[in-house]
Amino acid sequence: MSAKNPRNQYLRTERMPNIWCPGCGLGTAVNCFISAIEDCETPLDQISVVSGIGCTGRVAGYLKLDSFHTTHGRPIPFATGLKLSNPKLKVVVFSGDGDLFAIGGNHFIHAARRNMDLTIICVNNFTYGMTGGQVTPTTPIDAFSSTTPYGNIEEPFNLPFLADCSGAVYVARWTVFHVRQAARAMREAMHKNGFSFIEIISPCPTLYGRRNKIGDGLKMMQAFKDNSVIADETDTRNVALDFRGKIICGKFVDREKTSFLDMYNIKMAERFGPFYEPYEGIK
Amino acid sequence: MDGDHACCEGALAAGCRFVAGYPITPSTEVVERIAARFPSVGGMFIQMEDEIASSIAMQGAVWAGAKAMTVTSGPGFSLMMEHIGYAAMTEAPCVFVNVQRTGPSTGLPTQPAQADMMQARWGSHGDYEIIALCPNSPQECFDLTIEAFNLAEIYRVPVMIMMDECVGHMTEKVVIPRASEITVEPRHYTTQKPEEYLPYKAEKNSAPAMVRVGNGYRFHVTGLTHDERGYPSTSLEIHDRFVNRLIDKVRNNARQIIMLDETDTADADVVVVSYGITSRVAVKAIQAARKNGINVGHLRLMTVWPFPEKRLHTLASHVKAFIMPELNMGQMYLELQRCIEGRAATYLIPHSGGTVHNPDDIYQKIVYAARHPRKKKETAK
Amino acid sequence: MTSEIKFGGFGGQGVILAGSIIGRAASIMDHKYATMTQSFGPEARGGACSAQVIISDDKILYPYVTRPKILVMLSQEACNRYLPEAADDGVILIEEDLVHPKGLKPGMKVYAIPATRFAEELGSKMTLNVVMVGFFTAVTKLVSYKSARETVKSSVPLGTETMNLMAFDRGYEYGQALT
Repeated sequence: MSAKNPRNQYLRTERMPNIWCPGCGLGTAVNCFISAIEDCETPLDQISVVSGIGCTGRVAGYLKLDSFHTTHGRPIPFATGLKLSNPKLKVVVFSGDGDLFAIGGNHFIHAARRNMDLTIICVNNFTYGMTGGQVTPTTPIDAFSSTTPYGNIEEPFNLPFLADCSGAVYVARWTVFHVRQAARAMREAMHKNGFSFIEIISPCPTLYGRRNKIGDGLKMMQAFKDNSVIADETDTRNVALDFRGKIICGKFVDREKTSFLDMYNIKMAERFGPFYEPYEGIK
Repeated sequence: MDGDHACCEGALAAGCRFVAGYPITPSTEVVERIAARFPSVGGMFIQMEDEIASSIAMQGAVWAGAKAMTVTSGPGFSLMMEHIGYAAMTEAPCVFVNVQRTGPSTGLPTQPAQADMMQARWGSHGDYEIIALCPNSPQECFDLTIEAFNLAEIYRVPVMIMMDECVGHMTEKVVIPRASEITVEPRHYTTQKPEEYLPYKAEKNSAPAMVRVGNGYRFHVTGLTHDERGYPSTSLEIHDRFVNRLIDKVRNNARQIIMLDETDTADADVVVVSYGITSRVAVKAIQAARKNGINVGHLRLMTVWPFPEKRLHTLASHVKAFIMPELNMGQMYLELQRCIEGRAATYLIPHSGGTVHNPDDIYQKIVYAARHPRKKKETAK
Repeated sequence: MTSEIKFGGFGGQGVILAGSIIGRAASIMDHKYATMTQSFGPEARGGACSAQVIISDDKILYPYVTRPKILVMLSQEACNRYLPEAADDGVILIEEDLVHPKGLKPGMKVYAIPATRFAEELGSKMTLNVVMVGFFTAVTKLVSYKSARETVKSSVPLGTETMNLMAFDRGYEYGQALT
C-alpha cells in the first residue's frame, strides 16, 4: 500500500489493513464513496458517516470524517438526531442489508416517510457476514445460509421498491462492478434534499459465494457483470432480485419533495407568523 | 403545574433543545409540552417510531452539540436499555426520564411504582455506571431535571430521572427562578487543535473534553471498546483501563454527585431510608412516630445511583434499625442491606405499586423496629 | 389545618379545571400548600372524571385524598361513587339539577346550586365549573374571595374572562346567601 495513494487522505490509514476478507466488495464500495465525496461541493468537515453493526458497519471507522459506529439497526435514527441538530451536515448512513432491513427496517421506512434529509447506502451482500453467514431479509429464495441449510424459503425484500413506496426521493441500485455509476449515484444522492437510497450489490465470497457455489470474489464480480442489466427509470416493482437471476441496475427514482426540515419551517412559519425564526440547528 | 410539565420546564431551563420521544402513559405530558414549547425557543422535538429510535436519535443530537433528552415509562424504558449502554460506552451526556408505572409488562399503565430502580442501574449489558435522581414533588421534577443535565455534562454519563406516575401527574406549586439564578453546566469542549486532540484521553476519575461534529476534528465514535483515539481496540489492557475509568468517574466522585435530604439522623435509633413519592408518605409516618416518643430519623435519597454507601455505613455505627419502604418488592433495599453489612437491623416495607404506601404501615414498622433493633456491640477500647 | 376535597363529574364539565383553580388560588395566591391529583385510568374514560385537591397550612405529605371532607359533585354517577368515601361530617356541594345524593350520613351538610341553569343564563353552559368554584369559595371559605376570583381570571381562555367572572360571582353570591 503506497503512502502516496491520493485516496489515503480520506482514510484512517493508521487503521489499515481493514478487517474485510479478500474478495469482499466493501473496499470497492468505500472507494466509490471516496470518489463521490472527492468531487462533492460539501467540505469534508461537513460530511458525517453513520454506520450500524456488521461488516458494512465498520465503514464509518475507516473513513477520515466525523464518523459514528452505532448500535445494531439504529444508524438511521442516530443520523436523524445528528442531522436535525445540525442541518448543515451531509449525513450519510452506510450499512448492510441485515442492519438496515431486518433489525432496522422500521427506522428505514419511517425516515423515508418523513423525508429526512439523509443518504442511505446499503451494501447488500445477501447475508450476515460478521456473524457467519446467516439468512437476511434480502437473501433470495433457495439460497443457502448457515440458518437456512436447506435453502431459504422466505420472500426477500425488493429494496428499491421498499424505498420508493416509503417515500424516498432518490433510489438507485448498482453493483460493485459498476464503480463509476455507483460513485455518481452517491454524489447525486448526497445532493438531493431529502431521503435518498442506494443499494450496492456486493459479494461476500467467504460466506455467501462459497456456500452457494458462486465462487470467489472474482467469480462473483464476473457474475454481477454477466447478470446486470442497466435500465434507468425502471418501475421499482419490477426490480426484485432472485437467486442467480438478472440484476436490474440504474437510477429508478429521482423526484422532488419537501424535506422534513423544510416542511417543519414552512409549517411553523404558518402557525407562528412573521415572528417565527426558521430552525437552522442547535445554537 | 404537574410533575411532567415541571420536568419539561426544567429541561428547557437546563438548555435542553433536542428531545426525541414516543408516547407512553404516564410520561406523555412531558413530550406534549416539549412539542408545544420547542418551536418558539429554537429547539427540536421529534416523535420517533419507537423508544429504541428515540433513545439513539437523542445521542445523535448530542454529538451535533445539543443538550438532549428522551422521555418514557415502563415498556418504553425496557426498549431503551441497549442505548443506555451505548451512551455509557461512548460517554454521551444525555438524560433519560422514566416516569415509572406499575409492571411487569404492561402492568397498570396509569398507576405509580418504583420498580425500575435496578433496571435503571443494571439494565444494559456490561459494566458501566450511571447516575439516577429521584424527585418527590413537581418542584423537584423541575430542579432535579436541571441537575440531571448538569451532572450529565460534568461526568459524560447518561443520567436517569426516575419519576413515578404519582409525582408526574401531581399538581403543585412550582417556583421557576430567574434564569440568572439557575446554574447551568455548559458542555466541555476541547481547546486542543484537531491534530493533537484525542477524543477519549481523560484524566483519572474524569471524562474527556468533547468535540462537536462538523468542526473539523474528524473524530470517530464507536460502541466497541476503543482506545484514546476512539478507534476500536481488542487490547485487554485498553479494555480494562477504559472500563475502569467509566466506573471510576462516577464511583470516585460519588461524594460530589450524591444529594441527600437528612432529618434527625444524628441521634436516631431508627432511620427510614426512602426516595421519590414514598419519601413523603414516610415523613407522615415519621412525624407520628416522633410524636409518640420514638427516636426516628429520615434519610431521603435524591440521588439513588450512585447509592450513598459511605453515608449509610457511617450511620450504621449508631443507628440500630433501618427501614426502607419502596413501591416494589425489594430493590434498593438490597443496596441498603449491602451497605449496612448486618451492623443494624434492616426492614423492608414492600409494595406492589398501583398506589402509595399507607402511612400507617410505615408507622407500624417504625414502632416494631424500635422494639427490635440490632444490639450494638461495645467496641473494645 | 388540612382539607381534603374531591371534585367529580363527567368529561367536559371542567371538573379538573375547577380543582386546579381552587388549588392554585390556595397555593399561589393564599400562600398555603395545595396538591392536586387526578384519577387516571379506564375509569377516567367514558365520562367519569375526578380531581382530588388537598389544601393545608403545612407541607402536604400524603398526596391522595382518602376521606374527603368536601365533595363537589357535578354528576349523579360521581356522587354515587364518591359519597361513601366522604367523611361522616362531610360538606357536600352539588349541582342540584344533576345530582340527588343517596346514602347521606346524618352529620353531612348538603349545599345545592342550579349551576348549569346559572351558566346557561349567563350565555355559556361551559361556565358551570366556574359557578361551582364561586359557590365553593363562599360555602367552604377555604380560599379567599379575591384569590379565587383572580385565579379564575388567569385560568380561563382569553376573551372569556368577563363571562367567567360573572359566573364566579353568581355562584359566590348564591353560596353566601345559603351560609
